[in-house]
Amino acid sequence: MSITLTDVTRSFGSSKAVDGLTATIPTGCFFTVLGPSGCGKSTLLRMIAGLEPLDTGQIALDRRTVAGPGLHLPPEARGVGVVFQSYALWPHMDVLDNVGFPIEAAGQSRSAARTEAAKHLQAVDLSRFATRRIADLSGGQRQRVALARCLAAQARIVLMDEPLANLDPHLRAAMEEELTTFHARAGTTTLFITHDQREAMALSDMVAVMRAGRFEQVATPQDLHDRPVNAFVAGFIGRGVVLEAEVKSVAPGTAMVELTPELQIEVQAERAVIGPAQVLLRPSDLCVHAEGRAGRVLNVAYRGDHWEARVQIDGISKPLLLSVSQRAVPGDTIPIRILGGWVLKQE
Amino acid sequence: MADLHLSENITAAPAGWSGLRRLAGEPFLLALVLAVGFALFVLPLGAVARLALMSPGGGLEALSEAWSSRSVRRALWHSLESATLAAALATLVGGTLGLLIGLTDLRGRVALSFAILTLIMIPPHVTAIAWIQMLGPSSVLLQVLGLAPAPGSTHPLYGREGVIALLALQQVPLVYLTIRAALRALPRDLVEAAQVNGAGPVRMMRRVILPLMAPAFLAGFALAFVAGLGNFGVPALLGIPGRYVTLPVLMWQRLSASGPAVLEDLAVMACMIAAVALVAVWVQMRMSRRLSVALIGPPQQTLQLPLGKARLWVEGGLWFMMALVVLAPLVAMLATALVPTYGVPLTLETVTLRHFHEVMVTQAVTARAFANSAGLALMAGLGVACLALATGALLRGPLATAARGVTLLADIAYAVPGLVISVAFIIAFIKPLPVIGISLYGTHAIILGAYLAAFLAVGLKPVGVAFAAVDPALQEAARVSGAGFWRRFRRIDTPLVAPAAASGAVLVILTAWNEVTLSAILWTRGTETLGTVIFNYESGGYSTLSAAMSVLSVLATLALMLVLHGLGRRLPPGIIPWR
Repeated sequence: MSITLTDVTRSFGSSKAVDGLTATIPTGCFFTVLGPSGCGKSTLLRMIAGLEPLDTGQIALDRRTVAGPGLHLPPEARGVGVVFQSYALWPHMDVLDNVGFPIEAAGQSRSAARTEAAKHLQAVDLSRFATRRIADLSGGQRQRVALARCLAAQARIVLMDEPLANLDPHLRAAMEEELTTFHARAGTTTLFITHDQREAMALSDMVAVMRAGRFEQVATPQDLHDRPVNAFVAGFIGRGVVLEAEVKSVAPGTAMVELTPELQIEVQAERAVIGPAQVLLRPSDLCVHAEGRAGRVLNVAYRGDHWEARVQIDGISKPLLLSVSQRAVPGDTIPIRILGGWVLKQE
Repeated sequence: MADLHLSENITAAPAGWSGLRRLAGEPFLLALVLAVGFALFVLPLGAVARLALMSPGGGLEALSEAWSSRSVRRALWHSLESATLAAALATLVGGTLGLLIGLTDLRGRVALSFAILTLIMIPPHVTAIAWIQMLGPSSVLLQVLGLAPAPGSTHPLYGREGVIALLALQQVPLVYLTIRAALRALPRDLVEAAQVNGAGPVRMMRRVILPLMAPAFLAGFALAFVAGLGNFGVPALLGIPGRYVTLPVLMWQRLSASGPAVLEDLAVMACMIAAVALVAVWVQMRMSRRLSVALIGPPQQTLQLPLGKARLWVEGGLWFMMALVVLAPLVAMLATALVPTYGVPLTLETVTLRHFHEVMVTQAVTARAFANSAGLALMAGLGVACLALATGALLRGPLATAARGVTLLADIAYAVPGLVISVAFIIAFIKPLPVIGISLYGTHAIILGAYLAAFLAVGLKPVGVAFAAVDPALQEAARVSGAGFWRRFRRIDTPLVAPAAASGAVLVILTAWNEVTLSAILWTRGTETLGTVIFNYESGGYSTLSAAMSVLSVLATLALMLVLHGLGRRLPPGIIPWR
């Protein structure tokens, strides 16, 4: 089932939480909305689920309008599954009752619902815990119960509201894998909300970067990393430095830019025009090279398998980020070569 | 994406959802709750206001007429004086207890709190009887100790001082609870910062804790004042013989003397005292709000400042005091219930269970009173729990604003003196009901109605606290799972807050079982309540019988408190007062 948003707007007081959003999420896609807290991503999810009304605009699920002018289908009639941040499992019911609840709500008897729920529990490998109380489950098991409940609801659209945010870091990686498997096996359309760019990159088919109620860019994780449209997206995803520069000449897919009067480099570009521009330089665009320009090391941070150094090259307005495989010392001078970069969308 | 704008291959949602099915859910329940709210609050309170202010000869004229009556003026003054002084005393004692138990490393806090709370759980008229019997000339206890005043002398508690002292005693728990709650919300860091900065205990108390607690003290004072203003049992039993008549007592005297003919007078007096009470409640609410602004922080582990060597002495002193003000009067009452006639010393030869047999088996009136009070209290508890559940569920939904009106009315009805409520119910329901042509006056129904109106706030509070503690996502998860309003109400809301609703019900049962203020003027032959019978026996001079009945009612009260204590384990903090 696809999700179609048309000019969706929602304000709280004078601030617009979601501001004229238009987008289509195709059937079967794992679609992530990535943004800082307060950007409106949770509001968007709640509007799709029906938990929040729209001010204007329209939402259609699989081409059936569920919210629009004069129409607000309540959540119970939308047939979407939601995995809440807290998982929202009912503490007064056991695991089977929790999973079977959507079946009960669809009109089955409680015992029929429990029988049916047992099958879905098996799918998430939790059969042993069927009669446990929620309080006796670990964080990871709770997530699986929440997923089983979505399965039981036979939801073709699953909305996930930062389900990994409350988990311990070491559990998160394992749960990420489970989410991917779940999505692939259930064949649902998944809308995933997160503020963690690493999670978004790892899980998604498509990522929308959201700021102040709008999508800044919708792209595959790789495009988002390599070809961000603006400084916000570039800064939100991956590491790198955005410099003011001048496009001197353009060719299909590339452009010559001048960083300083004596430093011109060829970078990746799309629809660049001659004139002022912003250029993104990621650490992978720089390397240590005997014939490079002298860079003075300002400080160094260890990042696990490499050191990340902030280096200042004379004539360039900001220090650049550089990965080095050996420890550098602040004050050192390193010869640096700029291999490439990316021209952000010009105003 | 222009082709997506409502092109014909986008189908609209099924029409049923916008129609009847939705009306049958929340709007239906809201209509039900509003109808009950109208009958319980708007109708009676509106009737009082209309009779006092708008009937011919009413309004300012009636007010000035009432004002020109010396007895009304004096009674109003007595009410204000006793309520103010008692509240001041209660604030001093309750505040000290709250600070001692809330801030230091005293042992047995729960037990101490439970003991302090019995002061309010035992109803005023029973407390008054117990103290009358403990300190009077024919006091069995004082005779045993050889300390009894000379026979024939006036009882030391009759009159102004006695009324104020016992009112204060009753209201100590209110202030105590307010201070404890405020201390629990006091961020620990503030106290620890003072310690780190070198403040000793005295400086810390004077410069940090007391200023932060000032609004709590004021709020506690206002609560105690309102409770004292509406008290009936204490001023009726101690004030009448001491010629110290308060406004509620005067209302009761007028009604018992002349019957419903004086309703207009009563309405005017009711409006006067209700106005005073509402102003005090308004002050209290403002103070509480300021409190919640000043002290932001989740409830925390209580502070435990070490008392050092003084600890044992303080503990001893507190328990001695509890024994004196809680246990001793009850023992005195028990002693009175066990002697053949009032004034006979209690010895192994004289002890008898006759009076218990009399009140439980022989006397039809007392047996009926036990049955009436038990039945009415149970029904009130159940009714309040159901209403609170419904209102609580509505308060979380899109129709919250309308439901909030009901909680506001419930708070008002709880704040105004009980006698105002009962006068209101008489005025509103003495005329035969429209369709069925029967007057509710003289039936159990009018008492039950007054209980529901006066005590709904008691049951709403725990349910409100419990609903607030529930993650809203639990509700939303049920919605997206396809559950409609009634299924959510039945399977999610109700089980989640059931323990709180049950404890609210028990609190209401306790209150209704013990009350005398409401039924004092609503009872008729056949609808006597426990409170009215105890009260009538005591004021009629049947001390042994009233003592026996009081003992039984106190035992039932303690049993109910223990039930609540047991329920407490399954409740969010803040519902069971002494936990």
